[in-house]
Amino acid sequence: MVRMIPRRLALGAITVFLVSTIIFAGVELLPGDACTAFLQRDAQGKLLDNCRAELGLNRPAVERYVEWASGALTGDLSVSAKGRQPISEIVGIRLRNTLLLASGAAMIGVPLALVFGVWAALRRDRLTDLTISTLAIGFMTVPEFVSATVMILVFSIWLNWLSGIIIISPDAPLIEFIPKIVLPVLVLTFVMTAHILRTVRSSVINTLASDFVQMAVLKGVPYWQVIIRHVLPNALLPVINVVALTIAWLLGGVVVIETVFNYPGLGRLMIDSITDRDLPVTQAIALIIATIYVGVNLAADILAMIVNPRLRTLKARQE
Amino acid sequence: MIVLSRLPSWQRRSRLIGLISDLISRPSGAVGLFLICLHLGLAIGGPWIAPYDFKAISTKALLQGPSLAHLLGTDHLGRDILSRTLLGGREAILVTSLATPLAMMWGGLVGIYFGLVGGRVDDVLMRVVDAFLSLPWILKMLVIIVTFGTGIGILIPTLAFFYGIPVIRVARAATHDVVARDFIQAAKARGHRTLTIIWREIMPNVRDALLVEGAMRWSWMLLAFSSLSFLGFGVSPPNPDWGLMISDARGFMSFAPVGVIAPVIALSTLIIGINLTADALAKALGLDRTQKAPV
Repeated sequence: MVRMIPRRLALGAITVFLVSTIIFAGVELLPGDACTAFLQRDAQGKLLDNCRAELGLNRPAVERYVEWASGALTGDLSVSAKGRQPISEIVGIRLRNTLLLASGAAMIGVPLALVFGVWAALRRDRLTDLTISTLAIGFMTVPEFVSATVMILVFSIWLNWLSGIIIISPDAPLIEFIPKIVLPVLVLTFVMTAHILRTVRSSVINTLASDFVQMAVLKGVPYWQVIIRHVLPNALLPVINVVALTIAWLLGGVVVIETVFNYPGLGRLMIDSITDRDLPVTQAIALIIATIYVGVNLAADILAMIVNPRLRTLKARQE
Repeated sequence: MIVLSRLPSWQRRSRLIGLISDLISRPSGAVGLFLICLHLGLAIGGPWIAPYDFKAISTKALLQGPSLAHLLGTDHLGRDILSRTLLGGREAILVTSLATPLAMMWGGLVGIYFGLVGGRVDDVLMRVVDAFLSLPWILKMLVIIVTFGTGIGILIPTLAFFYGIPVIRVARAATHDVVARDFIQAAKARGHRTLTIIWREIMPNVRDALLVEGAMRWSWMLLAFSSLSFLGFGVSPPNPDWGLMISDARGFMSFAPVGVIAPVIALSTLIIGINLTADALAKALGLDRTQKAPV
């Protein structure tokens, strides 16, 4: 196992490196650059040349990539085309807001998914299971903007319990966010719970059918002891990776939710930067989201390896 | 499988009929297939069924509730909501049902080929696939759309490209399951070309997995398409589209909720129908797809 973890870390680093080249090459290949976007109709002749010289866009692409990537490693994400602000400042505050939304949803959603997933599995094919599973399929399949719109209609317009549109300055202290973000967190929680719950349910059902559980039952071990000591530790292992994938998805899926609720997070900034063609900002956001995605999946893989003795011996034998 | 493909065509067709009757015999498959057929029928026959012209603006009847003249009322421009809902899925269904097979084909072939051949190139390819998957779909789509526009000619290849990348992984994993088996070794020993091995030996064994994957891709593409429309990057007005209709009607939802509810129901029933069918398909083909996350 000692060999497995550095290997996995190296693979993660390679993936992040590849993402950064894909992002950079993608932006290079698209017509136009930061200067044509910034100057718009004035983008010609001397003005354009000056702008490019100022931003260093007339240097070779490889040189600019090295500068950009090494800057990103030290937290310097260069400046935005619009307003020439340091990107780390603009993005930092938005990232904080999005992480607030995502961590709120994760903190409620993961325990909820575990409880309801196990419950549905233990009452398989009965009314409880059918209700939970149907609701889960509903939230899993319907687009986020649909569930968000329906929930605004029900909770903020018909019942008038919660506010549907968030009006807040992006850099307000976190404490001011909390009463306003109940509804978006709720929507994200439901979608997230649905995904994890399905895995928990099928994993518990598979474990219940396995030989060692049958054996424990036949030996006369009390029901709850079988569930808690034998079924759950084995059933919940594959859930680690799905939780990671879902959290990573959350950072992309949050884009739509943020737009619906007018929430000043990273997703809205991403859409704005793409439509404004503020390429440096788009590049920075893409790199941040991709790094978080790789990091979360890496953490889950390593955690699963540490927790599950079978996995590490199996993989060690394969090598 | 190999034997099956040598059967006369009517007997091979009976396997398809067998699969369909298996699907219909499951509650989820029956409901799912019904919903899909209903929506396909409406997408094709919509223009003949719709009571009004979808773009006919009437300044006298803005945001009306349901009435005998307008069964679902009118929107903020006085257009008939029923007609627009009936027609609102056409472009989404057209684009996604063309892009899905394209994505499955290129992703499937690349995945099978490198799953069979393996080696250095395969390792590098998988890292590139991982790198692409770590970027959110909406960012990849928006960058292309903002640059090149939202016409069908742009959307179909873009969707097919990005949604084909995860298919590479699925096809490669399915190929790895069969590649070590004796009949592949035998085919190699007989001196068959790689393409022949892919077509005759591997394809029949990975087809089921790809079929289920394709059904899921279809629903995720629809989700992406309507989300893009909702954000204003899809179908251009005045053409009706569910995502766009929901986005337009949201501002008036407190006093004219039907404008939101009608497209919400239409879009949800189609996506749920596809998912139910994919579920039933996986069960009918003996595959488990419960451990998937939406990447």
